[in-house]
Amino acid sequence: MSYAISVNGQIHHVEDDGQTPLLWVLRDTLKLTGTKYGCGVAQCGACTVHVDGTPTRSCTLPLEVAASARITTIESIEGVEAQAIRDAWVARDVPQCGFCQSGQIMSAVALLRTLKTPTDRDIDVAMSGNICRCATYNRIRAAIHDAAAQLGTAR
Amino acid sequence: MTPILQPQSRVLSRRSFLVTTGGLGIAVAFGSVPDLASGAAMAPAAEGDFRPNAWITIGADGTVSIISPAVEMGQGITTTLPLLVAEELDADWSRVRVVQAPSDAETYGNPGFYGIQLTGGSESTRGYNALLRMTGAQTRLILLAGAAGMLNVPVSELETEPHRVLHPSSGRSLDYGEIAARALLPDPLPQATEADLKQSHRWRYIGSRTIQRIDVPSKVNGTAVFGIDVQLPDMLHGAVLRAPVQDERPETIDDAEARDVPGITHIVPLSYGVGIVGETVEATRRAKDLLNVTWSTTSRVRNYSSQRLLDEYRAVGRDFGQQGVPAHTNGDAEAAIAAATTVIEADYMSDHVAHATMEPMNATALVTGDRVEIWAPTQGPTGTQGFAAEVVGTTPDKVKVNTTLLGGGFGRKAEADFIIDAVSLAKAVEGRPVKVIWSREDDVRHDKFRPLEAQHVKVGLDAEGNIVGWRHRIVADSIFARTLPPVFEEAGGHDDVVTEGAKFNYTVPAHQIEYLRQDNGLAIGFWFAVGVGYTRFAIECVVDEIAAARGIDPVALRLELLKDQPRARKVIETVARMAEWDRARDGRGLGVAYSDAFGSHCAQVAEVSLNRDTGAIRVHKVWCAIDPGVAIQPLHIEAMMMTGITNGTGHALFEQINVIDGEVQESNFDTYRLIRMSEAPEIEVAVVPTPGSPFGGIGQAGLPPTGPAIANAVARLTGGVRLRHYPFTPERVKAALDT
Ligand code: FES
Ligand code: FES
Repeated sequence: MSYAISVNGQIHHVEDDGQTPLLWVLRDTLKLTGTKYGCGVAQCGACTVHVDGTPTRSCTLPLEVAASARITTIESIEGVEAQAIRDAWVARDVPQCGFCQSGQIMSAVALLRTLKTPTDRDIDVAMSGNICRCATYNRIRAAIHDAAAQLGTAR
Repeated sequence: MTPILQPQSRVLSRRSFLVTTGGLGIAVAFGSVPDLASGAAMAPAAEGDFRPNAWITIGADGTVSIISPAVEMGQGITTTLPLLVAEELDADWSRVRVVQAPSDAETYGNPGFYGIQLTGGSESTRGYNALLRMTGAQTRLILLAGAAGMLNVPVSELETEPHRVLHPSSGRSLDYGEIAARALLPDPLPQATEADLKQSHRWRYIGSRTIQRIDVPSKVNGTAVFGIDVQLPDMLHGAVLRAPVQDERPETIDDAEARDVPGITHIVPLSYGVGIVGETVEATRRAKDLLNVTWSTTSRVRNYSSQRLLDEYRAVGRDFGQQGVPAHTNGDAEAAIAAATTVIEADYMSDHVAHATMEPMNATALVTGDRVEIWAPTQGPTGTQGFAAEVVGTTPDKVKVNTTLLGGGFGRKAEADFIIDAVSLAKAVEGRPVKVIWSREDDVRHDKFRPLEAQHVKVGLDAEGNIVGWRHRIVADSIFARTLPPVFEEAGGHDDVVTEGAKFNYTVPAHQIEYLRQDNGLAIGFWFAVGVGYTRFAIECVVDEIAAARGIDPVALRLELLKDQPRARKVIETVARMAEWDRARDGRGLGVAYSDAFGSHCAQVAEVSLNRDTGAIRVHKVWCAIDPGVAIQPLHIEAMMMTGITNGTGHALFEQINVIDGEVQESNFDTYRLIRMSEAPEIEVAVVPTPGSPFGGIGQAGLPPTGPAIANAVARLTGGVRLRHYPFTPERVKAALDT
């Protein structure tokens, strides 16, 4: 079937089975490989994208459902929160292997868009769906606090 | 690339490491450059890039490209190793570009690690640092010589500052780029010696807290390319259905339904499974699920049930009638223990654990005739060449390996099974590249787990409580028997990595370590810290058991056992201070552990609490002091310690693979539990290098002390309840509390 899908502000026409997970459409059809496959069953968060602004696991989101929404991926997430998060990630050398980090960043940006100054507990709730095998959790936590503080000063 | 000097008729041995294509090289670490053909005393520098050796290229704009011989899997090595070159070259780090080494072990193999390209064992810095520093120093001498000619002054009047050669008395200076583009160089080239290396107080980069990892920026915007991200023109996708039990073969294959899936192009029977090739990942996955295969039932792995075997291993450990292969013998430990006043005896065990690298196994291959090209997140380019050549029936030199970034390695990506998949399928569709991505389920089920193991430790104390003898028996299958049979044979059936870490630096008058191999067929592999991850669990817990038996403080006992070892004492004293070891905490316990593995000294204190109703342990905080000898990148060492500690916590509390009748029970993150953000302890790290000491490994040094520190904390919190079996699941903790 053919689907018109809005990704990063652009409409793409995609020929595929409606049951195909959005993840593989992004990665293999649209060549947006920043979004990663880690588990395929919504357990690890590596595939997190924003669907109408909400962090969503693209590995379990069928194309036919995704086609009615606005999708944003790591390649073009923008705005003050995204910039603050990226800056904080770089300043703290957060990524190690980096494989989980697209998903981490997508979750963290969504968190800062909802909560201006998240507590450790808020961070636990928002980020515990994102596994990091390199265990960069402590630096992620610190970087989220940094980004929140930076946004607070900027505001 | 144009060499600065004309090709020499004489070909230097590649083993001299630094010969460039048709050009001059400098020999480092393997003696000086052999005499060169005469007449090349001063040769004009050609336009373009200057490549004084196989490691460094300097462009006319001054951009210095440095090869990273080791692969990047998050351990930061593609920053660390080039940084060592840049330090001695006196290059401006902001003008350095890092290039991943091609597959060429003769040139880029690790001199400290069998001369091959295999990143692992925390061996990269230890193996490469001397060579790379000398290479940087020698290149600096070459630039100085070139500048001397350009400025028409003696070399002795010149010095360098980052990226420039200065002539202080005239105030003139030259950028490295200008020298590279225009210099006339002497022949023979200057040779660097130890004396040309910078003294540590002159280091600009080593030890700096401002150097960041070069790979980070690409990892925050989705542009980093991992193996799984490789895209090639005309590329097909592949998947492999593997036998549910290791070593079984497909007997009948009904692929009628699988073939009907739109986009499927090939079904490829393999000796160990069935391959599917198609236009999309999704198509190959669907087709894989629709294959109907009957498997052989002859594999001896069908008899493998991990919990039953572990009981057997423990019995073997306790049965002193069964003799093992000696791994280390110092004095007569048994006689000493027989004469001891007190004997402490304990069994320590661990279940299998999986690597579960965040990036699942994957590889892309293109076969054209007898040539193979591979794009893969591999720790072992050399091994990859060999295995791929075998599949195709060609020679390793015809296999080119492009190493991508690795989304985690931890030893798993030193294996070749995922490479073999890609090459086998690419061979079947010759002329088109095929990318194979394992499902997470396959990644877990078909991992090469850390060994299932039981250890029996028996220690004798005299009337004063001094240790008189220490016996350590390690019961497990072998990793080397499968991966490096000649090494295993040569060692007389001893497996150095399985017993790694059992040899310690505590002063004991008699020490005996034995290895009792159990050959049960299931492939086991190199997991984060390999043997050290469990041998130090046993050792560090037994040290606490001794302290308890003697009624003394565990920190004090360790300091006593390390009397003559200032570096060891330093990390232990530092961590005790950081944790305020003597301050009692309400409802929480502190435990300490120490390790000298990988050439680094690491001590940790864990603060834990325990829910006695559920048996759940919570690790609140871990303090860590690490002496890596030289601390090249302190910020990154802190990060590596956090990785080790957090995974050390996760594997001690949660990670567990169960095998029943040869079938792995866990398959994805819903059943194989990894530590998450909310469970990660707070961590404080002190990096305390010791000037003048050798470079230690840090990739794995942080993990071994964490588990025993947790177990020791629980024991102190509960008045002596010992946890002796990884992982400390709530059921096991409850059982221990009840006895
Ligand atoms: S790949 Fe989607 S959550 Fe793991
Ligand atoms: S950085 Fe490696 S998995 Fe998170």
